[in-house]
Amino acid sequence: MKVGYYPGCSLSGTAREFGESMAAVARALDIELAEIPEWTCCGSSSGHMTDRLLALALPAHVLLKAHDAGLAQVMAPCAACYNRLATARHEIEASRAAKAQVEKVLQRKIESLPRVLNLLELLAQERDHIAAKVTRRFEETVACYYGCLLVRPARITGFDRTEDPVEMDKLVAAVGGKPINWSCKTECCGASFSLSKTSVVGRLGAKILRDAVARKAQAVVVACPMCHANLDLRRSSINRRLAAKTSIPVLYITQVIGMALGIPAKQLGLARHLVRVTLPGPSAQTPPAPRPAVQ
Amino acid sequence: MSTQHEEAVGQSLAARIEEEGEVSVVDCYQCGKCSAGCPAAEDMDVAPSQVLRLLQTESPKHDERALRSMSIWMCIGCETCVSRCPQEVDLPRVMDFLRQESLARNLAHQDADDVVAFHRAFMSSVEKAGRLFELGMIGDYKLRTGHFFKDLGLAPTMFFKGKIGLLPHGGANQVEVAEIFARARQARKD
Repeated sequence: MKVGYYPGCSLSGTAREFGESMAAVARALDIELAEIPEWTCCGSSSGHMTDRLLALALPAHVLLKAHDAGLAQVMAPCAACYNRLATARHEIEASRAAKAQVEKVLQRKIESLPRVLNLLELLAQERDHIAAKVTRRFEETVACYYGCLLVRPARITGFDRTEDPVEMDKLVAAVGGKPINWSCKTECCGASFSLSKTSVVGRLGAKILRDAVARKAQAVVVACPMCHANLDLRRSSINRRLAAKTSIPVLYITQVIGMALGIPAKQLGLARHLVRVTLPGPSAQTPPAPRPAVQ
Repeated sequence: MSTQHEEAVGQSLAARIEEEGEVSVVDCYQCGKCSAGCPAAEDMDVAPSQVLRLLQTESPKHDERALRSMSIWMCIGCETCVSRCPQEVDLPRVMDFLRQESLARNLAHQDADDVVAFHRAFMSSVEKAGRLFELGMIGDYKLRTGHFFKDLGLAPTMFFKGKIGLLPHGGANQVEVAEIFARARQARKD
């Protein structure tokens, strides 16, 4: 299977382990990730919050590069990139005026733009394949955290259930894990406020982790670099707001699947998190000591 | 609304949002569901539904109140409101419009300086390198805000975890991106 691949900027920086585990899992599943040649930034939150034209033109520029490379669909593992690419594609196709403006800025005609997939959509198609390749069942109780941009707004994403998505839960179950029922699956983590309004990230992250820990999750599983950064890198801001500080690790879904497929921890970048991954799972290469959920 | 009245209010924000942003703020019947579910509402000076109410009046005074509000800068863009809105009013799009208008008219709330600085640093990094260069963007943000010591404790750990690249990404055609920025700037003037 071959799919166009838009890694996005954070996968070689703060979310390096997401990129590493993505590549390792794709190799194990024989998915060819065809990286878009000379891809550029989608503009992310800052683009759409400050400049409507760039918010459409930057993603369109990326999608046209994919189109030129003969890619009919593009998978973006970062939820924010995915949402920007999908939103721009939707708006350009829905509005003649928007399309004309973008064509002027890019100085080329737009005939068609490739379809945009998120990581969970791609992995969901491979669920049976993944289950068949499990060598070490990932027998952990986890909270699947989807955040905002994978599922909202539904008219653009058209993916999963908006308020109670289940695709990540199904993937975790397919590799032996036990996803919990909880109420913060699609709560917001504060996203791009990580740097500029860290206190908001602390407050929102505390709400999410408090619920996950109270329901006995041993890890939180994410599919978004911003969710990961806010729940992992910003743990001290979160813990300042919690009566009982938590050391619950935050894993990318690709790391969970990678562990179950027997991929070594190093290839999955498990040591790159700030909050140490101390699961009893054999792939984490830590002694199987019981770990209290709350410090 | 009569044609005469439409002419009288001329360029109300509501009219421009309808035209440019393709969102009708009149569709909102003030149920308050957006405000109830907004994760940032407690940090806002005007609740999300009230921002829409201000715009619905089409009064210049109320328009300015919305543009000067802290709320438009506290909106995270999580899309919860539009997902739950019974009228499907695209409030995140309205917020995007208000932020841009607030910057263009130099009305941004003073407490929004850090948020604005972040967005400017981010876009400036993309304009220069074609892709976001995180370390450069953080440095730029610190220069813009004066928050030189914020997160310094985190920096060495992130460096040793391999999460901070010291050089911008290669691989992008930054000239093309710089040209896109330049043409977008020109299009706004036209």
